[in-house]
Amino acid sequence: MSEHEQYADDLLLYALDTLRGEERSRVDEHLATCASCRLELEQLRGDTAVLALTATGPRPPQRARQRLLQAVAREPRLPKIAETSPRRSWWGALGWAASLAILVLAAALWKENAALHETLASARSQAAESGRELEALRKIAAPIIEPEAQRVTLVAAKAPPQPQGKAFYLRNRGSLIFLANNMPPLPPNKTYELWLIPANGAPVPAGIFKPDVHGNASVVNPLLPAGAEAKAFAITVENEAGSAAPTMPIVMMGSGE
Amino acid sequence: MLSPQAQGISADLALVTGLKSGDQGAMAELYDRYSALVYAVALRVLGDTGAAEDVLQEVFLQLWRKPTAFDAARGSLGSWLAVITRNRAIDSLRKRRPETDIEDVILSVSPDLAGSAERAKTAEKVRGVMGTMLPAQRAMLEMAYWEGMSHSEIADKTGEPLGTVKTRIRAGLIALRKAFQG
Repeated sequence: MSEHEQYADDLLLYALDTLRGEERSRVDEHLATCASCRLELEQLRGDTAVLALTATGPRPPQRARQRLLQAVAREPRLPKIAETSPRRSWWGALGWAASLAILVLAAALWKENAALHETLASARSQAAESGRELEALRKIAAPIIEPEAQRVTLVAAKAPPQPQGKAFYLRNRGSLIFLANNMPPLPPNKTYELWLIPANGAPVPAGIFKPDVHGNASVVNPLLPAGAEAKAFAITVENEAGSAAPTMPIVMMGSGE
Repeated sequence: MLSPQAQGISADLALVTGLKSGDQGAMAELYDRYSALVYAVALRVLGDTGAAEDVLQEVFLQLWRKPTAFDAARGSLGSWLAVITRNRAIDSLRKRRPETDIEDVILSVSPDLAGSAERAKTAEKVRGVMGTMLPAQRAMLEMAYWEGMSHSEIADKTGEPLGTVKTRIRAGLIALRKAFQG
């Protein structure tokens, strides 16, 4: 029995919110390090959501609406700082990276734009302007793309650091940016490989990467087939040259957002 | 031109954004969209209108207090509210303290439940799938879902082996998943 099969029943109970106490804590510990089980839990929860629809009945009485809106009017809003505090979910800790990643994506698009302009003598001035803007964007994005940049991830005080990855994918352009942190060191002669999991067909290689000494890594615009639809992204450990097909087990995985 | 489904999701996102800035009108509109769903789920679990109203109030107040708990990237608001409501109602039924924070309830993308027409269509499909299950399997799934019974409680009640209970409930949920993936 694999480790994941061992947790299959527990995940079902977890999704139904009937797993309690120590059993729940044990599964929480496993979920903190297992992307595929987190994905399965999210899918099971999605399954239970549709089951809720079989409930039918009268609409709530009008007084319930008044009661709620009166309570809302009485409730002071949370201070801004609390609203922007990091989520406790496993996916939230990389939220800060999203805006910076968009800058990186913008920089990549500007680069493409600049390259096109350079082929047109009549557009030299625009290319120069694009170049200046690209340089400005590079400076802004430097904290996430420069190897010497200091990276800090803030999580709940008692949470041990967990490997995390975030993929930003623009399907119609085939552009992909992947950022990861807290990645465990690799064995000698091994590399991580990112995979685009399409809705149908085999996983598509989406770049190999090795984390730096701090566990940080990134993949920017790997070669991808045009228009490939991504159902999920996954990471495996492969031999140093990479592989054309993933070698089990999947060490991290996330579904499309 | 956006499809009605996309328009519903887009309107939900705008309303949740409104909640983040303290817009009480956005709260009223979200209530009008989803109170029938939330109340129906709570009433189905609790069978008592007063207790169902309390859960309805609690669910919407939590959304008001912590609108950032809903992650729009990972599921529709209707599905998320349905899951939270069912869990809170079961907690109330079984007189236990909630153990799951609403911001930890993350679900994979599921059918959009923004409009009553979409909900009715999805509900019909769910009932169709439930109708194809053996009565014993359907009963077990309903005991687990609507009564919050554990696997062993269901095994005791039905006299079926624990392994059979687990297998049937899991298979029931997987059948639902396949119906919406296909």
